[in-house]
Amino acid sequence: MKQTAMKPDAETTVLELKNLTTEFITKKGAFRAVDDVSLELHAGKTLCVVGESGSGKSVMSRSILQIVDPPGQVTGGEALLHRHRTARTGGFEETIDLLQLDPKSKAIRNLRGRDIAMIFQEPMSSLSPVHRIGDQVGEAIRLHEAVSKKEARERTLELLRKVEIPDPGKAIDQFPFEFSGGMRQRAMIAMALSCNPTVLIADEPTTALDVTIQAEILDLIRSIQDESDMAVMFITHDMGVVAEIADEIAVMRFGKVVETGDVYEIFENPQHHYTQRLLNSVRELDHPSERRLAMRETRPVGAPILVSDKVSKVFGASKKWWGKENRGLTAVNEAKLELRKGENLGIVGESGSGKTTLGRCLQRVHEVTDGRILYTNDTGQERDLASLTEDQLAQPWRDIRTVFQDPFSSLNPRMTIGQIIAEPLIVEGKLTGPQIRDRVHELLELVGLPVTAYMRYPHAFSGGQRQRVSIARAIAPNPRIIIADEATSALDVSLRTQILDLLLDLQERLDLSFILISHDIAVIRYFCDRIAVMYRGQIVETGDTETVCQNPQHAYTQSLLSAVPVADPRVRGQKQRVRYSESSQRT
Amino acid sequence: MLLVYIARRILWAIPLLFAVSLIAFALITAPPGDYLTTFAATLAQSGDVVDEARLDALRERYGFDQPFIIQYFRWIGGVLQGDFGISFEWQQPVSQLIWERMALSVTLALATLMFTWAMALPIGIYSAVRKYSIGDYFFTTIGFIGLATPNFLFALVLMYVAVVHFGSDVSGLFSEQYQDAPWSLAKMGDLAAHIWIPVIILGTSATASLVRIMRANLLDELHRPYVTTARAKGLSEWRLILKYPVRIAINPFISTIGWAFPQLISGAVITAFVLSLPTSGPLMLQALLAQDMYLAGAFILLLCCLSIVGMLVSDILLAVIDPRIRFR
Amino acid sequence: MTTKSEIDPRALEQSPEDFASQWRLIWLAFRRHKLAMTGAIIILLLYVIGLFAEFLAPFDPNATSSSDIFHPPQMIRFIDRDAEGGWSFSPHVIAMTMERDSFTLETSYALDPDKKIYLDFFAKGDPYELWGLFPMERHLLTTENPDEHFFLFGADRLGRDMLSRTIFGTRVSMSIGLIGVSLSLVLGLILGGISGFYGGRVDMFIQRVVELVISLPTIPIWLGLSAALPQDWSPLARYFAITVILSLVAWTELARVVRGRFLALRTEDFVTAARLDGGSRKRVIFRHMMPSMVSHIIASVTLAIPVMIIAETSLSFLGLGLTPPIISWGVLLKEAQNIRSISEAPWLFVPGGAVVIAVLALNFLGDGLRDAADPYSQDNH
Repeated sequence: MKQTAMKPDAETTVLELKNLTTEFITKKGAFRAVDDVSLELHAGKTLCVVGESGSGKSVMSRSILQIVDPPGQVTGGEALLHRHRTARTGGFEETIDLLQLDPKSKAIRNLRGRDIAMIFQEPMSSLSPVHRIGDQVGEAIRLHEAVSKKEARERTLELLRKVEIPDPGKAIDQFPFEFSGGMRQRAMIAMALSCNPTVLIADEPTTALDVTIQAEILDLIRSIQDESDMAVMFITHDMGVVAEIADEIAVMRFGKVVETGDVYEIFENPQHHYTQRLLNSVRELDHPSERRLAMRETRPVGAPILVSDKVSKVFGASKKWWGKENRGLTAVNEAKLELRKGENLGIVGESGSGKTTLGRCLQRVHEVTDGRILYTNDTGQERDLASLTEDQLAQPWRDIRTVFQDPFSSLNPRMTIGQIIAEPLIVEGKLTGPQIRDRVHELLELVGLPVTAYMRYPHAFSGGQRQRVSIARAIAPNPRIIIADEATSALDVSLRTQILDLLLDLQERLDLSFILISHDIAVIRYFCDRIAVMYRGQIVETGDTETVCQNPQHAYTQSLLSAVPVADPRVRGQKQRVRYSESSQRT
Repeated sequence: MLLVYIARRILWAIPLLFAVSLIAFALITAPPGDYLTTFAATLAQSGDVVDEARLDALRERYGFDQPFIIQYFRWIGGVLQGDFGISFEWQQPVSQLIWERMALSVTLALATLMFTWAMALPIGIYSAVRKYSIGDYFFTTIGFIGLATPNFLFALVLMYVAVVHFGSDVSGLFSEQYQDAPWSLAKMGDLAAHIWIPVIILGTSATASLVRIMRANLLDELHRPYVTTARAKGLSEWRLILKYPVRIAINPFISTIGWAFPQLISGAVITAFVLSLPTSGPLMLQALLAQDMYLAGAFILLLCCLSIVGMLVSDILLAVIDPRIRFR
Repeated sequence: MTTKSEIDPRALEQSPEDFASQWRLIWLAFRRHKLAMTGAIIILLLYVIGLFAEFLAPFDPNATSSSDIFHPPQMIRFIDRDAEGGWSFSPHVIAMTMERDSFTLETSYALDPDKKIYLDFFAKGDPYELWGLFPMERHLLTTENPDEHFFLFGADRLGRDMLSRTIFGTRVSMSIGLIGVSLSLVLGLILGGISGFYGGRVDMFIQRVVELVISLPTIPIWLGLSAALPQDWSPLARYFAITVILSLVAWTELARVVRGRFLALRTEDFVTAARLDGGSRKRVIFRHMMPSMVSHIIASVTLAIPVMIIAETSLSFLGLGLTPPIISWGVLLKEAQNIRSISEAPWLFVPGGAVVIAVLALNFLGDGLRDAADPYSQDNH
């Protein structure tokens, strides 16, 4: 059916948004989540909608099919679906304004899932946990086309095969939780493709996935599009992904589209200052920080101060009383690592690689199953943290501090900013009340927060500001080492460099050493002097950041680096993707 | 997977049953005074001759001069063979007194459970989907009052209204002519005609709490991403609500077999007493008040066992309908 | 900072709640809950009534009067009209006299419009000792003439004033809920806290015990335990014994709440942060974890009190709980046990109304507290 469609000319507009406006009606008034957005989608082309969190891009995509959750409401504009250009009506002139249809009407339901299909960010929560994959994938077929149960099952199997899910015969009767994240997203894509849609709306479909899996999903979407001439609206915050797959770009900010255009043009010559800033912060990140390089010139890296000597961590191993032994899960397997004084060490790895566990072991938040953690304090004395009790750890914990990933859960919402930052000082008990107060003021200034923050509660601050509070708390007791676990991951790109620069600034002033744990190579490349690559609990490669990034030795590092999207559309497709055998089995 | 899970649950029920029987026995022996002395006193009171030989035989049989744990094992040994001891008030073996009443109790509880489900499911779904509508407020109000009124008070008020305004007596489960009649089809019909009043009385508060649970759970589920996914597929609103969020929010309903069913049986004790139903409740109360402990103990033990079996059944059902549980 | 100039122009007005502490935020959220506020006021009132029962009750609740058996309720009138048609403020009731049918010997009451019984605020009446300490004889409202009686809620089969009895019942029934829940809370806090904090085998064991207690059917166990109480205990001993019995069964829910919160909190980053700040175990628990739990615990406790009240009422109603001379709502309802007395004197249901009101109010209050307990929940997403 699809194949009979003639190949359209360069620009066949299939979906047109005109002045789309969506508001959230609250007691405090109407909030314009989507403000006067006009866009066009062309057959066979991918439009990337880029924006940071809260820019309204996701609400915009839901407004098209009128599936915004209340209190959201489409309050104006048109969404014209040109059905006649998609060979669905057999050539009859037919243009439908989706926004004119009642959200609960049969008319719009007939288009949902058939003409326009969607895939969502969280493949786990977007699939029902108690229905089988086959049921969920094949549902739209049975709904929109008069086919028998058996036929629908055949088509479902075909779809699962198409999205490269291994052993579709078995997978069709499995439940979503038996699938890995990548597999679930493949199933979501199969579901969206079930009725050969004209338009596919993908709402951050790869954000929750690891880069290697992201690369595969992007490949899949691209290859399907090549076959079917489908128009894709791809929503993302990641400029790398945009450069990888976009034909056209629309940049959104505060609910408005600030710039649209061809991908090459925008990357080369962005017009709006916001687009410029976005691109700058992305480009900045992929290179070593100038500032860091300069700092290392004047202050060379010293001797190792924190050494992980074959540290292992096994969770949940136990000997059950009826004699069955539970081997547990080995999260970290004989990790060897050293942090030198005054350097920044990056630990990179995908989810489940054990990088967070290793970080927590190094600080002895977790008990260590095996191995030694050798910490050399400022008097040159070396101690094995692995063997210390919680009481004995008090001093090392003042020397080695943490900045957490989630700026929301890491600050106690019931304490003021002042109380939070003062806590380590109060516990230490060296300073008097007024002295602590002065010190907290000083710390607030150091991290670039106003002194008035002192009496306020965390809920008054944004994510980036909270992360600054978290940093202030970390440096309060004059530490020597800071372990930052994904400290910038929860933040928008433009804020990431700010926070990283703040950390570098503090390094210069306070003579700190950092361990930065991240899944994001770009962040590590910017911030870290040396890098350790973790895969399934093991450190597979360590070395100078630039050396490793440019000339990776281990096959996994190669595959990881080749999967990272580069924020430059011109190099698209030039990079040779390396698949690491073990990892491709899992996806 | 499922079978392993079921086997594990059943295995776990065994120590629970043991613990429960210990508690029941502890209650039997808790009242001060020796069971036999009381027994002898009752016999003497009713003018019977106290047969020393018989007392000795009983002492031997139940091991009254033995320590607690031995007494317990003698008792439980008997229970396992269907011998629950003797009711001194009725001068009959307990086992002859309890079974018909237990059967009626279970029937009543089952009927109430059906009623509860039939009412709570649609109301709960309606209240969640039409949140803050007039209907929702109406049911919420009724529900709150239903929860706040003790069952026995509700029964009393109903009886009062029936007697004063309709001049009819709503107590009992049978008409007079069937009370002592052997079981027949006509008696069953008579039971069906009488059972609905206690069913409504017992079912109201359970319905109210189930509606609240269903409403809250469904409200949680209604805005999950998978609902958006289903909507984006083009499913109609009611169909998708019934297929997805309701399917997931319904789990607590299944677990009601675990808590509501035994609760209905034991909760019926007081209502049954007020309405003088021929179920286990009034007899157990009578036994407790008279400290006829073997009879009371038998009821307590059986009710506890029913609770545990109810939990077991609901756990297994939950595992059947929710794949996440059996794969854990 | 650059972020300052980058404020989203669509952002709604900045809230003045930036400086608001947890309790203030909870209060702000709670205040919006009209039903919960009403519930709170009613509960407060009930406890005040319980506290000053002796003063608020017009009469001694145990004073019998053979001429007032099943006396029906009377209406109170505040304005008195004298013969000339003048008005004056003097609260009174119209007297009723008992008549006995000489043939059937059934009694009935008839209004006696000529006879008014005058009432007075803060008048001297039956002497009492407030809280067993201060001998007093003033009542909020009682008859001018101590030999006369009035019955706003009617009288029972011994001619005792139902209003005074219900007021005294409030004291016992409401306090048994509070004390019982406090006991459960202590048990629940200790066991749930241990379970949640130590985890592992200790947690396993306590969880099994909780599971066992939960699988017991509460009513038969309550009945069995109360029946096992020696008959010759003093009323006070019995009161405490019943309270203990009620809380023995009810602590599991609180233990579950405490444990659940504990486990959830233990993995929160801010608790790890507190540990790393060098805080002792005690400081981490009490300074950092407790404040997040207290509001939830208060809500659960509030929702547990009505369960206790209903349980006490049911037990006493059956004659297995509290027994006279203690007056509780359940003890009073025992009088309404047979259909003959209630069809003759439906006002015996009055304590039942008190139970329903108290339980409703507590449920509203608890629901409101639960909803307001975590003012940060939407912050996390």
